Formats: sequence, structure tokens, C-alpha cells
Amino acid sequence: MLEFILERGNYWAIIGLMMIGLYISFAATNLIKRLVGLGTFQTSIILFYISLSRIDGGTAPILFGKDYGKSKSHDKTDDYGAEGSDYASADAGHGGYDGGHGYGSEGLENVYSNPLPHVLMLTAIVVGVATLAVGLAIIVRIREAYGTVETDEIRAMDLEVAISEAAAQAEESGAGTA
Amino acid sequence: MIELISSMVPADMAAHAPALLVVAPMLLAPVAAFMPNGRLAWILSIIATGFSLLMAITLLAQVRSVDGGAVLSYAMGGWTPDAGIEFRIDSLNSMVLLLVSTIGFLAAIFSWPSVQAEIREAKRAMFFAAYLVCFTGLCGVASTGDAFNLFVFLEISSIATYVLVALGARRDRRALPAAGNYLLLGTIGASFFVVGVGFLYAATGTLNMAELAIRLQPLQGNKAVLAGYAFIFVGLGIKAAMFPLHQWLPNAYAYGPSFVTMFLAATATKVAIYALVRFLFTVFGLEFSFEGSTLIWILMPTSIAAMIACSFQAVFQTDVRRTLAYSSVAQVGYMLLGVSIGTAAGVSAGMFHLVNHALIKGALFMALAGVVLSYQGTSLNDFKGLGRSAPWTMTAFAIGAVSLIGIPLTAGFQSKYALVSALFEHGWWWAVAVVMFSSLLAVVYMGRILEAVFFRAPVNPNKRRKEAPLLILVPLWILAVANIWVGVQGGFVAGLADDAAASLFIGGGS
Repeated sequence: MLEFILERGNYWAIIGLMMIGLYISFAATNLIKRLVGLGTFQTSIILFYISLSRIDGGTAPILFGKDYGKSKSHDKTDDYGAEGSDYASADAGHGGYDGGHGYGSEGLENVYSNPLPHVLMLTAIVVGVATLAVGLAIIVRIREAYGTVETDEIRAMDLEVAISEAAAQAEESGAGTA
Repeated sequence: MIELISSMVPADMAAHAPALLVVAPMLLAPVAAFMPNGRLAWILSIIATGFSLLMAITLLAQVRSVDGGAVLSYAMGGWTPDAGIEFRIDSLNSMVLLLVSTIGFLAAIFSWPSVQAEIREAKRAMFFAAYLVCFTGLCGVASTGDAFNLFVFLEISSIATYVLVALGARRDRRALPAAGNYLLLGTIGASFFVVGVGFLYAATGTLNMAELAIRLQPLQGNKAVLAGYAFIFVGLGIKAAMFPLHQWLPNAYAYGPSFVTMFLAATATKVAIYALVRFLFTVFGLEFSFEGSTLIWILMPTSIAAMIACSFQAVFQTDVRRTLAYSSVAQVGYMLLGVSIGTAAGVSAGMFHLVNHALIKGALFMALAGVVLSYQGTSLNDFKGLGRSAPWTMTAFAIGAVSLIGIPLTAGFQSKYALVSALFEHGWWWAVAVVMFSSLLAVVYMGRILEAVFFRAPVNPNKRRKEAPLLILVPLWILAVANIWVGVQGGFVAGLADDAAASLFIGGGS
């Protein structure tokens, strides 16, 4: 049992980060802190993908050494290697850590990490940056309009406006029927 | 007519239609951003969305050219689907694309007077650029066949949406917290979706949805797949405003610029529902052990709760926009109830209602934009006596309202009828009672507005109200007539929905 928990240390760390981020983005009253929580949450997802792609002893997915020669002789080796590491990371995903030594490296001398999740995460980072930028811009506008970035104060102000609006409306409709 | 229009498109353009549909508005968005004034950007956005509409019609014709619906696979950049990103168009995609691009085109035409009144001159070009980006994202979600690509398009459209909603701040500062809240929840939803996709990738080693469906078959009961399923379900549920996850929607719709509200109400949640249906039925498939119980124990109760709770909330709103926003959540309940039946008839009814609701809410919010234009407020008081001062706008509004209620000869009736018969077929007769009760609540909340519009004297007769300008009236009446046309002769849309559901259950099912 202990072994089961310990050998998945990276996933525990990711789950911990994810929950901390999610909690901050729900519980903080300060809007900036909420965005910080959101950032933590997104970062934990990036870590999740990266640790999926890792293989024990795997190197950067650039063909070198004997593999490089091979890829020159067979046109298809490149594709083959990428597909192989796909399956290896699939194994890593549901438990086994020895995926890299199995059929994942079939046909190649060296073991390569799966590059695809890294590429995906580059996109996700860009998306995250864009979201953060828009979020901060909106917070700047909120600060200008309300003079505060605390959600409870904003809610109180909005409530006041809503109550006075409702009162004005009741008056107006009363005048209309009279 | 579809064949006629599609036959005019050059052959090599038609071959690349899936890509052009998405790429055209994407490329024109930065061009629009650099336009010296808003009017040019507006014309550009009409061109872009019109072109997308043309491509969507072409795609529909291509899909329908084969009996039972062809599946078009477009390899982006010439990379075959196992390595690259595939755009995959079947009957369901082509239906959603047609819906999004039609609404997008009509919205673009109608936007100008509304934008002129609500957005500052300096920001108009950027506003249309953001609109085109949002449109690109929605079209992309509806056409991609790659799970991660779907996330990227979802975020493209969402980020643009946050900006668009926040621009309502000029009229009401409450748009800003609404946009902030939407950003927070929307991002969490999208992130959940990504985590789910990560689990599926870990379990299968592929991101292509068709390939995922095949590789997931032997992995029944795998814990990673189950976790992925849960994450994707909740993530897309937030985007689709599934009942307990809808908190972002009412404020975002109530305080955003009226043009944005109209466009979002008719497309954004619809596209998220499409993505949810795609994952539920194509990727996981009904054989997936976990899914049957999710449909019955989660999706069905929450959609029924939405239909009742949000209809009640709609009854007690004093602001017409908020009434319609809550009604939108309730209507999402109808669509998901159809989906949760899990039969071809049920999904078809859900999709049919999806299209009809886009037509209904499009018409209602467009009429609302006309009201905002001539008279700032949207409270129930402001609507009093409008039937006399703006008869054309308000007649179209009334058509939308009766269609929302589901009176015979309107679109709403047709899809509710389809939903009810699917429910009966499945033996859920008590759910039929809930549908009826919820429709009754719709009579109450829409009736309140109609009564104020047609039977009350204006509160303040000194304030001059006038008809909405022609640019609003024409698209508004196109949507209103579409409501009646679908209601009288629902064959075309119902056929599209049937084909879409059939493609999920037969062609794309495995």
C-alpha cells in the first residue's frame, strides 16, 4: 500500500496543487488571489501532462546515435518511434513505471520521452497566459469602476444598486397606475 | 436550395470547405482589428461570417449527398489523422455549423446599430475583431475531430467572449464582475476538460476522437478512463450551463452588450452541448458502462431540476433580460433531458430543440436589443406599452415568446412534441408531466412580459419610443419567420436532427 502511494508521488503532488488552486479560486475574496489560484490550477494540469510523457531513462525526442543512422536507412522509423513512445506513456499513465523498457523502445536503441504532451502544453500555456491577461485586464477595469477588488464589497455595492433600482421601479409603476 | 447554393461554389473551394469555414473568420479578425473605423470592421465581419455560412451550406450539401450522411474527413495541412489534426464533418457537425454560421451571419448584420449605441467609437473595430475570434472558436469546436484541438477552440471562443461581455460595462458596471466570474468558471470548466483529455490520452495514446472511440472499447472499467469521463462531463457541463453549474450565465447575459447576449444565447451554450453530446455518444459510446448510470442519475435529474428551478427563477425576475437568461438555463434542461434518454429519438429531439431554441432566443434577444437601442432600460416597466410604439419589433418578440412557450404552429411546439413523444416511447411518462409543468411556467413568465407589452399603458408617455432600425428588423423577422416556418413545416430541421442522431448511433457510434 505504502509502495503504491509512494511510487505515484508525482500524481499526489499534482492532485495537491490542483486542489489548492481550485480552493483558492473559489474561496478567496480578493480577485487577484482568485486568479493566482486559477494559475496554480492550470500549472498543475501542465505538470500532469508532462509527467505523463516521462519515461524512465528517456531522453529528449531527438534521434541521435544509432537511431539516427537507422532513421536514415528506414524512412518510417521516425513515425514508428513516436508511436512506440505513445504506448509507453500509456502504460505510465495507469501504473507501471517500466513502460520505457518494454515494447515502447522497440526498434530504437535509445528511449525517448513522448514529445506530444510537451507540444500540447505549449499550447495550453499560451491559452493560460491569454486567460490571465484578460482576467487581469478585467480586474483593472473593476478596480476603476468599483474602487475595490474584494468580491464581497463588490457584491454589497451591487446589492445596494439593485435594491434602489427595485425601489425606483416600484415607485415608477405605482405612478403609472395612479 | 442547398444544392443550388453549393453548386455555385468552385470545386476546389468546396474540397477545402471544412478548413476555410474556420480559417476565413480567423484571418479576417486581425484585419478587422486594424481597420481605421468600426464601420469597415463591421462590413468585414459580415463578409467573414457570410463566407462561413456559404461554406457551412456547402458542407451540409456534401454530407447529405450520400444517403444516411457522409463523413467528411479533412486532414489539416495534409497531415493524416494519426499524426495531424483532423477536421471531421458528419451530419451532427454540419447541422451545428449551419446553425452557428447562420446565427453568426444574422447577428453580424444586425450588430451595427446596437454596437453604435453601446460601444465607444474607438473600440468598435476591436469589438468586431473579438466577435470574429469568438465566431472562429465556435465553428472550430463544431468541426474539429481532435480532442485537444477542441479545447483550444473552446478557449479561443471563451476568451473572446469574456472580453465581449466585459464591454457591457459602458451601460452597466456590473458587466465587469459578471465577466470576471464567467472567466473564472469558464476557465475552470475548460481546465477540467483538459484534465479529462489527458486521462484519455494516457489510457489510449491518441487524441483523435474517432480513434479514441475505437481504442476505448476494450478499456471498459479502466480507472483512468472513468476519471477522464468524469472530468470531461463536468468541464463541458460548466460550458453548457448544465443546471447546478450555470451560475455564470444569468449575469453574463444580463449585463453584456445586447448584441453579445443575442449571439451567445443562440450559439455558445449550444456548441458546448454539441461537444458534450459528441463525447457522450461518439467517444465513449453508450456501451461504456459508466455512461448509462450518469445519464439516468445525473443528467436527467439535473435537467429536470433546471427546467423547474430556473423557470421559477425566471418568473420572479423584474428585468426582461434576466428572465430570458434564466429561461435559457431551463431550456438547456430540455435539450439535456432529450439527450439523457439515450435513444436516437431522444437525442434527435434534444438536437431539434437546440436548433429551435437558438432561433427563439436569437429572435427574443434581437428584439430586446431593439428596445435597448430606443430606450435604455430592459426592466418590465420599460416594456409597458411598447406594443403600440414599436409594433413590428414587438410582434416578432411575441412570435419568439409563443414559440418559447410551445404553442402549436411554432418551432418550440415541434421540438417539445418530439421530446414528449421520445419520453413516452421510453416510458418516462412522469417526465412528460414535468415538461408540461415547465411549459406552464414559461406561459407565466413570458405572459407577464407580453401582457406588459400589449395591454398596459406606457409608464412614462413623454419618453418617445420608436421602432428598431431596419438593420435590426430584417434579421429579427428572418428569425421570427424561421420560427413559424419550422413550426408549420418542421421537416427540414427535424430531418437534420434525425440524421445527426442517427450518425451518432450508427455511423459514429463505434
